[in-house]
Amino acid sequence: MSLLLENVTKQFGDFTAVDDLTLSVGKGTMYGFLGANGAGKTTTFRMILGLLNANEGRITWNGKPISYATSPEIGYLPEERGLYPKMKVEEQLVFLAQLRGMKKPDAKMAMNKWLERMEISHYANKKVEELSKGNQQKIQVIASLMHNPQLLILDEPFSGLDPINVEMLKEAILQFRNDGATIIFSSHRMDHVEELCEQLSIIDKGKQIVSGTLREVKRSFGKQNVRINSDNDLAHLATIAGVISVQKSIEGALYQVESEQVGNDLLTAALKSGPVRHFGIEEPSLQDIFIEKVGKQHA
Amino acid sequence: MREFMIIFKQAFMTKAKTKSFIITTSIMIAAVFLFANMEKIIDTVKSATGGDSDSAEVLQVLDESGVLADRLKMQFESNESDFKVELSDKTEKELTDLVKEGEMDSFVTLALDNKNTIQANYVSMSAMEFNLPMMLQEALQSIQTEMKAEELSLSGEQVQTLLAPIQFEQQSVSPSAKSQEELSQARGLVYVLMFLIYFAVIVYSSMIATEVAAEKSSRVMEILISSVSPVKHMFAKVLGIGSLGLLQMVLLGLAGYIALKTTSSEMTEGLFTYLGFSNMNVGTLVYALIFFLLGYFLFATLAALLGSLVSRTEDVQQIIMPMTLLIVAAFMIAMTGLGNPEMAYVKYASFFPFFAPLVMFLRVGMLELPVWEPLLSIAIMLVTIFILGFFGARVYRGGVLMYGPSRSLKDIKKAIQLGKE
Repeated sequence: MSLLLENVTKQFGDFTAVDDLTLSVGKGTMYGFLGANGAGKTTTFRMILGLLNANEGRITWNGKPISYATSPEIGYLPEERGLYPKMKVEEQLVFLAQLRGMKKPDAKMAMNKWLERMEISHYANKKVEELSKGNQQKIQVIASLMHNPQLLILDEPFSGLDPINVEMLKEAILQFRNDGATIIFSSHRMDHVEELCEQLSIIDKGKQIVSGTLREVKRSFGKQNVRINSDNDLAHLATIAGVISVQKSIEGALYQVESEQVGNDLLTAALKSGPVRHFGIEEPSLQDIFIEKVGKQHA
Repeated sequence: MREFMIIFKQAFMTKAKTKSFIITTSIMIAAVFLFANMEKIIDTVKSATGGDSDSAEVLQVLDESGVLADRLKMQFESNESDFKVELSDKTEKELTDLVKEGEMDSFVTLALDNKNTIQANYVSMSAMEFNLPMMLQEALQSIQTEMKAEELSLSGEQVQTLLAPIQFEQQSVSPSAKSQEELSQARGLVYVLMFLIYFAVIVYSSMIATEVAAEKSSRVMEILISSVSPVKHMFAKVLGIGSLGLLQMVLLGLAGYIALKTTSSEMTEGLFTYLGFSNMNVGTLVYALIFFLLGYFLFATLAALLGSLVSRTEDVQQIIMPMTLLIVAAFMIAMTGLGNPEMAYVKYASFFPFFAPLVMFLRVGMLELPVWEPLLSIAIMLVTIFILGFFGARVYRGGVLMYGPSRSLKDIKKAIQLGKE
């Protein structure tokens, strides 16, 4: 595992911002880091970056603690835009890349390549403040990617981008992943996480309440939706053990069940009463899981 | 070290390339040249506008006594004055009307009272006229002296002895004192340099605070300190802006040097003698440079510390207010000390690190101090800078991560706490 957080705890005075967090992200994987506002995501990222020290636990990158010596290997996209408003795009990108250890000519080449790729070459000589929000975000993205980092920390990378640009950025990030980079990113957009991340964790008030691969998380959530459409009377199915609730519709019913197994039981029982026109197990969306898990904690 | 240089360059170049820096510096250099050539310019303007100086201005005189006008004419002629006296044949009322209508600049009525004392009444549109009335007064005064001397049948020699001026000289026995003459010569140079130091320290240290706060508010700080340690960033910033200040000072100094060299013929005259530029003391210049640098680093580290506490540039002025007051206080002490640099409070203030850059410079420029005094003061400042740098770095480390409505000095504690974590 290349990025490893072991039992990390961070306290500010009496306030516990991050509580006993453990996670690991391997090479070539993308890790989704979810949580409501103020859950401790940014604090965690700052600890990974070495800006804050954990009170307890260890954070390592390839077995070593992260320090300024490793900074050229790291790409960081902060949640809020972090650019000099008065500096020209070109100067700014070269400056930031130099800080990440790139030589000036290399930085220029990488910059031109990326500006072209993001289709904003014509802004190279503009001041950042003259650009639209979406284009500023693109600059920010380039700043975090152009030095070819091995560890990418992306805090809300898609905010402020239109769907076309979201696709452009996804493609770029996926390419990094395929090249073997370790990527951890936070987002409020569950659909993005579902689409991109093999692994994820949800934290709430500093505590990790869900973690694992996408499939594990969905499985362990337990609840699944089973839809059965049939012309026969299926009323007796509601009594089968493991059915949490039934929602009748004109063509059949929607059952919320405890596990996939219960779904199979339902199908068997339904087939006994006659032919079934439609049967489907619908996985819970990450959105459902997030709202249920985080919502419950707050309730 | 590599990152240090990158930040240093960036801090220096982005500021040096701004229009505002280039324009202010050009204006200042232009001002230096203008100032150095002031007398030439005034002369040129005079000869251009008052080009008719051979056809001297004519002063209309109404003479009720019948003797004074001729004597005045003679007096003006013997003084080679630019004015000519002309006896008017108009009445006082007619002349007053002429002045009111702007046809005539001024006129004077002369009379003698029963004790043979001259009564003069000078009439002009403006009460702000000084040159002619003054000359007139002087001329009439000497005419009166002559007349009275004749009345008392005194000889010219006797009059001379009566009017002989006394010899008055001021001498100080304090070992550190320069002679009065030296003092007033040093005063001009010290004043100008002190003002430069004051100006540079206040401008550049608040520039640092603003820069830091701007980096925080634009959140670029998070990116910066994730690749460079905050301490490195702070010192690179301070040095970068400091070099900018030094560059500006050097440019100004160079401009001043060239300006004075090119007009050297007039350097011993008028304004320059008054300001003590005629025998420029190299020691004073070196001290000015030292105290500028020390003052800058002292206040710049303080400003960086304070700037790291606020998260919006709007709050910068408020948080650096105490610092600005310190500089202003130092300037006030130095200004009052300019008249009398041997006052006790000036001496004490010159060893207080925040006042020293201006006050010790004043003393060193104006007085013959034993060498240990400026050296001690410099050492005190160096130690303070070191402590501030050390302390500032700790505050800075936490301060740059602090966001929210923080704008009081109490946040220093919070910042140190955060910096440790």
